[in-house]
Amino acid sequence: MNQAIALAIAEEMERDDRVVMFGEDIAEAEGPFKTSEGLLARFGPGRVRDTPISEMGFVGCAVGAAVTGLRPVVEIMFVEFLGVALDQLVTEAATMHFLSGGKLKAPLTLRASVGAGLGFGCQHSQTLERWLLGTPGLKVAVASGARSAYGLTKAAIRDDDPVVVMEPRSLYGRREDFEPGEQAVAVLGQGTLLKEGSDVTVVALGQTVASALEADESSDWSGDIIDLRTIQPWDRDIVATSVAKTGKLVTVEENQFTGGWGSDIVSYVASQCYGDLSAPPLRVTAPDVHVPYGTVLEQRYLPGADYVSEQVSALLKTGSTPRPWWEGAL
Amino acid sequence: MSAGTVDGGQAVQRRGALQASRVERFRRMVEIRLIEDRVLELFGEGLIPGTTHTSQGQEAVCVGVAAVTQPTDPVACTYRGHGMALALGATPEAVLGEILGRQIGCMGGLGGSMHLSDPSVGLLPTMAIVGAGIPVAAGAALTAQVLGTGAVAVSVFGDGAANIGAFHEGLNLAAIWKLPVVFICENNQYGEYTRIDRTTPVTDIAVRATAYAIPSEVVDGQDVDAVEAAVAGAVGRARSGAGPTLVEAKTYRYAGHSRSDKATYRPPGELDTWLKRDPVTLFGEKLVSEGLLDAEGLEQVGADVAAALEATLERVTASPYPTDAQMLAQAGAVRE
Repeated sequence: MNQAIALAIAEEMERDDRVVMFGEDIAEAEGPFKTSEGLLARFGPGRVRDTPISEMGFVGCAVGAAVTGLRPVVEIMFVEFLGVALDQLVTEAATMHFLSGGKLKAPLTLRASVGAGLGFGCQHSQTLERWLLGTPGLKVAVASGARSAYGLTKAAIRDDDPVVVMEPRSLYGRREDFEPGEQAVAVLGQGTLLKEGSDVTVVALGQTVASALEADESSDWSGDIIDLRTIQPWDRDIVATSVAKTGKLVTVEENQFTGGWGSDIVSYVASQCYGDLSAPPLRVTAPDVHVPYGTVLEQRYLPGADYVSEQVSALLKTGSTPRPWWEGAL
Repeated sequence: MSAGTVDGGQAVQRRGALQASRVERFRRMVEIRLIEDRVLELFGEGLIPGTTHTSQGQEAVCVGVAAVTQPTDPVACTYRGHGMALALGATPEAVLGEILGRQIGCMGGLGGSMHLSDPSVGLLPTMAIVGAGIPVAAGAALTAQVLGTGAVAVSVFGDGAANIGAFHEGLNLAAIWKLPVVFICENNQYGEYTRIDRTTPVTDIAVRATAYAIPSEVVDGQDVDAVEAAVAGAVGRARSGAGPTLVEAKTYRYAGHSRSDKATYRPPGELDTWLKRDPVTLFGEKLVSEGLLDAEGLEQVGADVAAALEATLERVTASPYPTDAQMLAQAGAVRE
């Protein structure tokens, strides 16, 4: 996936001289996750820059660059580091179009590695898309592999609004064959139906897409598996159409239960597609705890394929929502 | 999705007039003073919602900066931005319209007192977060550097901003990348309700530039000519590729931090001391000594500005408040 991201950025830099990239260790070192390999050599130090460890400074710099004519791509090494720059993203970047009466645009792309699974501990393993949800003026996309990372990155760079693209860190080294090019450019706000089935609608995002697909493959049920791709705005049509067919909705979320992205999906479906539902919607999430360090517990924490399979099977069998694994686990 | 009035290039003309004439610079300082005084009255009359931050006493900084920068030079400024916006060229109608929340305002009445903007004269949306504009200005300078536009970005902030991370990160980034940006600190002695010596261990904010290998200068912020000279030097350095400069203008905020602040925390006599060096009075006297105006001329400027202000206010108060449709057209996450 990291090569797909580097390719997407390189193609967009080639296509448009206004695209610049900066972040920590992204130029000479070519990125801690090798997502900017070859960019410095190809586009030079004017357009590809290492920054100090200074997220508030360089995200703010991206805002100023974006409203005055560049299309900056900035990299937040671990999404937690966005905490110190949240003002610049949520309060400045997202309001510039509005606060100029529509005269200015802030076409900046903020990429961040996210997620658990590599043993980085609780301060380097969250997904944190929830920090950004509900902010008008901001788009949020999450890659689920090389193909979607390529397509979403290119769409984000071409978009006139600030766009955050989250990249599950555990997928950087994962291979996925796809044909690069214009046909692979994603449409922000559109999900993808990866696999058709009639029993249940499973909505996944980021690295839970693989869990959902694997669960579907290994179970006796067969679902519509939707990669939401963009969580703000999210594709209501693709979800509602599928729920009208299956009557059942399951979200598979890497985040903790409380305040997770699936809450909004479930809320919408429960209120707008109530008549289509034949069972209560189910959210499969991580428990409300910090991400644990060791491999065994970290895998327990993440909603993996086996757990998704069990939960969906229980829903289909009983017609009611099963309890999550952590309830009664003590 | 255009907001507010289309001023037909009036803002650019106003900027040009100010740059061409010292009398016009004086007139603009008077305009800022009278508008800010009137804003406080209008607030008292219930015509301004929320809060408002006025800049009486700081007019020389606003006008000095506007005189030696170009409409193509982007400016990131603070929520105490009425004076800066007017100095840069934004029309009284656009500024007062926005402060009163009317359609005629520079962003259709949806932004308010803390959020003025006019890209035609370089004014980026003013920001209500202390220090936020400092790295943003560095970014605007990055655009100038990468695209070779020749523009110089300007960052205007208060002394209070010198203690927030954005100040340090913005200066550092500008220094290592040698960005064409001028940092202007309006040191008005108070960060919100607290005097600078309670929050800041250095007397001059300018010394902090040294930590980033950025040249700096302290100027008398009540003397428009001194501000102009310092800023012009800094702009020249930036345009020539020599990188950023920090200019600290020592000035004073006559009013409290915001409308609700009576500034009772100020030591007795402090305001009176500063009033003796009022920037508008000082510049008026200077123009008289230079023979550019006489006493009658000074009065005439004041009378003209006051009359124009009342006419502007009539147009502004006749302008409707923004509609649901205007709110929904501008606030959405996804633009068509």
